[in-house]
Amino acid sequence: MQKFTDLRKNLKKDFSNLKKIKVAVLGDSATQFLVQALRGTGFEKSLDLQIWESDFNQIECQVLDPYSELHEFDPEIIIIFQSTHKLLAKYNKLAPAFQPSLASSQIALINTIFTTINAQQRAKIIYYNYPELDDSVFGNYASKIESSFLFQLRKLNYELMVFANEHSNFFLCDLSSIQNQAGKAYSFQSSIYINTEMVLSIDILPEVAKRTTDLIGAIAGNFKKCLILDLDNTLWGGIIGDDGLENIQVGSLGIGKAFTEFQYWIKKLKNRGIILAVCSKNTESVAKEPFENHPDMVLHLDDIAVFIANWENKADNIRQIQSILNIGFDSMVFLDDNPFERNMVRENIPGITVPELPEDPAEYLEFLYQQNLFETVSYSNEDAERTKQYQVEAKRNVLQKSFTNEGDFLQSLNMVSVVAPFNKFNSPRVAQLSQRSNQFNLRTVRYTEADIEAIILAQDIFSFTFTLTDKFGDNGMICVIILKKENEDTIFIDTWFMSCRVLKRGMENFVLNTIVDYANENGYAYLKGQYLPTPKNQMVENHYFHLGFKQSADYWVLKVKDYNQKQCFIKAT
Amino acid sequence: MNHEEILKQLNAIFIDVIDDEEIRLTDDSTANDVDGWDSLTHIQLVVAVEKHFRIRFTSKEIQSWKNVGELMGNIDSKITV
Repeated sequence: MQKFTDLRKNLKKDFSNLKKIKVAVLGDSATQFLVQALRGTGFEKSLDLQIWESDFNQIECQVLDPYSELHEFDPEIIIIFQSTHKLLAKYNKLAPAFQPSLASSQIALINTIFTTINAQQRAKIIYYNYPELDDSVFGNYASKIESSFLFQLRKLNYELMVFANEHSNFFLCDLSSIQNQAGKAYSFQSSIYINTEMVLSIDILPEVAKRTTDLIGAIAGNFKKCLILDLDNTLWGGIIGDDGLENIQVGSLGIGKAFTEFQYWIKKLKNRGIILAVCSKNTESVAKEPFENHPDMVLHLDDIAVFIANWENKADNIRQIQSILNIGFDSMVFLDDNPFERNMVRENIPGITVPELPEDPAEYLEFLYQQNLFETVSYSNEDAERTKQYQVEAKRNVLQKSFTNEGDFLQSLNMVSVVAPFNKFNSPRVAQLSQRSNQFNLRTVRYTEADIEAIILAQDIFSFTFTLTDKFGDNGMICVIILKKENEDTIFIDTWFMSCRVLKRGMENFVLNTIVDYANENGYAYLKGQYLPTPKNQMVENHYFHLGFKQSADYWVLKVKDYNQKQCFIKAT
Repeated sequence: MNHEEILKQLNAIFIDVIDDEEIRLTDDSTANDVDGWDSLTHIQLVVAVEKHFRIRFTSKEIQSWKNVGELMGNIDSKITV
């Protein structure tokens, strides 16, 4: 972890090519250092956080006054930092009869702040929960007494989680957990607090800034999707090719326990939707043996989406994994116990994250907990199905090789698509796809669940979602279109993104057929599209050209009348 | 640790925190003499000094020094104890 002094030095560096995000910081304690740490940490993650900092203790004024500087700034993200010390000050002044309602009155205040912002602004809110402070007035008995400060503080932290669960634009940054990990003596320095009103020590600032920018990055669409694993001395102790099945270490005995617990962690990630891949220097049949035959292995072959074991170099193998999964290197994490392999991969694969695993496997887990590699801002049931879908994809690749005619192949897949507008059942998945799709995304406008709910109610906006099922399985929702009426004649394709899983299936043709039909039935003469380049969406640069749109300045236009339905092997239901 | 040695180490801390290679502290230096030594960096300096010399200042001491000489006297009294 970098020191605060180093983060401050980043402030003088060149931010001009970094992704700009407007962030407002409002605190009831002194936040100058936090702001510097956030901007300095943002630089490390290629983010240009353009931060507006509110005057000290102005949270309510700035939020409730519609003409305030906050409203004028119009941030994308608002960070609200209410400190435990100010909460304690509030508690100290309460008559005993009101102490048991501290948590609920604080939640009511937070609700007012959130509702006001949400009604007037596009910003998402990041709220710090409360690090624990035990005033020791009741000793251990505090846990049995509703009016104690500790009881109210813990209740508030719990209620905040419930609140966050219910409000999609409200995110918690877990300051309490950060203090638990680092220890209070490290996170808080009384002399500095008394002199400056700063409740975070200089030592803890980089950690707090990292956790906060992890969250900001995830909101902006930067997060990990895939974990690539080495095997020998990473997933189990020992070398399977040398030591043999009976002698590798995994299970409840000795050092094996470290590997077993590590595997359970990886399994939980897989169940959350992180794709697992194996990249090992081994003979494939030998490498697979523990997965098939070792009774103590937690991970099995069906947990692994792509399994590569050979004697080629790991950078090439990871490139191959990338080409199968079709996701960016910057969304991959590679874990390997061998420093040589780590360096080789780090140097040859730009963007990939390669943590410096500790030498002792017993420390793997605590180290990885600390890294917070898998930040996310969404979760849906489909995440859990992802591994299966990628495995099915690998099978499809095999089948494709046996067909010489692409049309015959597509025909043989018996593809069916369900087309539906946004509704309350599919909106979480739409929001999630909107955050995740980087490559096949024409304009890369990100929509949250709340945005999608607004679209459902809007008059001149029309939405389409597409699923795709074939004889191998259900891909779930894989494409989203948002059309906006521009005038009586023209309808604009505001959003077109698609999962790269379903490339080369003729889905583009099916989608275009569908929206041209829609335009026709509703009397529009022109469909208008646009490509906005990002570092990741080059694959759709010529998307509209290929589909027969004509370029007109920065836009692409299709005359609905002249359109002939394109050939396609997907049936609508 | 003698006076000169403390001054040398303190100077290095100031250079690192304020990020200015040109800083040359003397006993008489005050915040007015050093560009970038404001109330915020003061806090950073205090924490860096505490860490480097493995000492802790009281909250009263943090605001008490009139110049670098007094700060060094304070450091000296704590590391020789």
